[in-house]
Amino acid sequence: MKSVYVLSENIVSSLGFTTDENAEQLVSGISGIKMHDDLNLSPHPVPLSLVDTSRLESKFQIVLGQYGKNQKPGYYTRLEKMLILSITDALERSSVKPENDKVLLVLSTTKGNIDLLEDRFTAKFDHKRIYLWALASVLRDFFGFANTPLIISNACISGVMALIAASRLLRSGQYHAAVVTGGDIATEFVISGFQSFQALSPEPCKPFDLHRTGLSLGEGCGTVVLSMNPAEDGNDRILLMGGSVSNDANHISGPSRTGEELSLAINKAMEESGLYSEVLDFISAHGTATPYNDEMEAKAISLSKINEVQVNSLKGYWGHTLGASGLMEAAALINSMKTNRLFKTLGFEEPGVSERINVVSETIYKPVNACLKMASGFGGCNAALVFQKA
Amino acid sequence: MEKLITAYAYIGEGKVVVNKRLIFFQEKIVTFAEFIKALYKQEQISYPKFYKMDSLSKLGFMSAELLLRHENTGRFKTGSLAVVLADSSSSLETDLLHQESIRNRSAWFPSPSVFVYTLANIVIGEICIRHNLKGETAFLISEKFNAAQLQALVSELLDNDRAEACICGWVDILGNTFRALTVLVEKAKEEPAGTGFTALPFSEASLNELMNLTETRTWTN
Repeated sequence: MKSVYVLSENIVSSLGFTTDENAEQLVSGISGIKMHDDLNLSPHPVPLSLVDTSRLESKFQIVLGQYGKNQKPGYYTRLEKMLILSITDALERSSVKPENDKVLLVLSTTKGNIDLLEDRFTAKFDHKRIYLWALASVLRDFFGFANTPLIISNACISGVMALIAASRLLRSGQYHAAVVTGGDIATEFVISGFQSFQALSPEPCKPFDLHRTGLSLGEGCGTVVLSMNPAEDGNDRILLMGGSVSNDANHISGPSRTGEELSLAINKAMEESGLYSEVLDFISAHGTATPYNDEMEAKAISLSKINEVQVNSLKGYWGHTLGASGLMEAAALINSMKTNRLFKTLGFEEPGVSERINVVSETIYKPVNACLKMASGFGGCNAALVFQKA
Repeated sequence: MEKLITAYAYIGEGKVVVNKRLIFFQEKIVTFAEFIKALYKQEQISYPKFYKMDSLSKLGFMSAELLLRHENTGRFKTGSLAVVLADSSSSLETDLLHQESIRNRSAWFPSPSVFVYTLANIVIGEICIRHNLKGETAFLISEKFNAAQLQALVSELLDNDRAEACICGWVDILGNTFRALTVLVEKAKEEPAGTGFTALPFSEASLNELMNLTETRTWTN
C-alpha cells in the first residue's frame, strides 16, 4: 500500500490561529467555551466557543496583503476568512503549490456560509455564496488551485470523511497532494436547531462524564495537508494509514444503540492499516457529550476490544464545530503524535458510560505512535481513520 | 476490473425513466409536492416514514426505490452496497424553512423535525434505513453534475473491495426545480436478467449520457 504523508496542519479556533497556539491551551486545560449573550446568536445566553473577531480581522488583513488580492476584506464572509487563514498557515509550512494540477483542495463543511440567510447579511453578499460550491470557489480563486475542489458535506463526520476521501484519491494516483480543509461557524441557524433538539448543555459540555447533559457548540477551521511524498526536512513522519465509513441504517438523528456500525468502521480502518489493536496508543473520540453519542462510542470501543487504549474528546475546549471538528481534532492528534503527549478530556470527572473505557483525565506524556480518530453524525454515519508514525 | 452500470432511475422534467422505460410523465409540473405524491401513489409504495421526509429526502428515497425495485439487494453482503450521492443546493430547500422559523423573535419556533433535514446527507441516511445499508457512504457537493468526481470515488470503493456495488448519482432540489439520477454500479459479472436493460460501462461518459437522457431523446411508453 502506498503511503500518504501528513505534511502540515492548522487549527483556527477560540483558542488560537495555529496548531501550536491551540496545543498550548489544550495542554494547560483551558477551554474556549464561554457564556455568550448575543441576540444575533440566541435569545438566551448560551455557552459557545467563538473565534475572536478582532484577531480574525487583523490577521486576515495581513494575509490579504501578502497574497496581493484586489478584493476588499468586506468581500469575504466570516467563514471564508477563517478558512483562508487556516489554509494559508498549513500551506506555508508545506511544499505544496496549489497551482500544481496534481494538487486537490478538499472542503469539508456542514453549513458553509449559512449566516448569509440572515436578514442582516443578505444585502452585503452575493446570494450565490450560500452554495457550498461557491464557498469552495472563493478558496480556489484565493489560492489559485488548479483543480475543481472536492466538497464533502456529510454532517459531523465530514472532516474525517474528507481526510479519508483525499487519501483514497491520492493512493489511486489521481493527485500527488491534497489540502484538506474544514470549517463551520456558530450561527443562530445551528444554535436554534440544537436548542430545538434540547441537545445543548447549559454549561460547558462534559464528554463521557456521568453528569453530561448535552453538547456545546463552537466554530473553527482545521486544515491538514497530505502528500504522497514525505516532507523534505525529514522530521517525524506521520502517515495516514487507512480509513473507513459506515452507516447505522437505524435512525436519522439518533446513534446506533449497539455501536456495531462504528465498531465495524474501526475494525476496517485498522485492518486496512495493517495494525493490530494492541499497538494502538490513543483514540481521539467524537465525544460530543450527548448521553447517546458517548454511550454509543463506548460500546463501539468495547466491541472493537480497544477498551484499554487511552481515549479523549476535545469538545470541552472547542465545543462541537460540526464539519470542522474532524479536521481540528485530527490536527490536534497529529500534534499529540509529534509532541508525544495526550490532552486531557476537559469536563470529564466521573465515568458515565456503561462500558469501561480509558478516558484521558490528565495530560499524559508517552510515546504516541499509532492513533485512531473517529466520528459519528446525523444520518447514522460513522467514520474511523488511523494515523501512524513512520 | 471492469465496472458496469446495471440499472438506473432518472427523475426530471416531469419524466421518470427506469432502465430505459418511461414509467411516469407529467406534462405540467405544478409543484414538487404534487409530482412526488402522484409518483408515490402510482408506484404503490407503502412507507409511512416517507411523509415525514423533506423534499430532498423524498426525491432521493424515490429515486433509490425505483432503482432497486426489481433488484435483489440480498445478493450483496451486508454492508457491501455503498451510497455516494451529490447535489448542488445541499439542503438549502430545508435550510430556508428552518431560517424562516427563527426569523422573528415573536414567532420563534425552530423545529427538530425540520432542523434534522438541514444536512444534505440525511437523504443517504433515509435510503440506508429503508434498504438496511450499513456500508460506505458519502455526500458530495458540486455546482453542476460532476461525473468525474463520482466516478473517481466510486471506482476507488469497488476497486479496493470496500464495496461490491454502489448506488451513485445526483439528487438536487430547490423549490420546484428538481432532478435525480441514481445508478447501480457493480463489478462486471454475468448480465443481470429481467430488467431489459443492457449494462453500460461505468464511466463519466455513461453518467453524463444518462443525466442528459430526457433532453436528447423522445420517449414512448
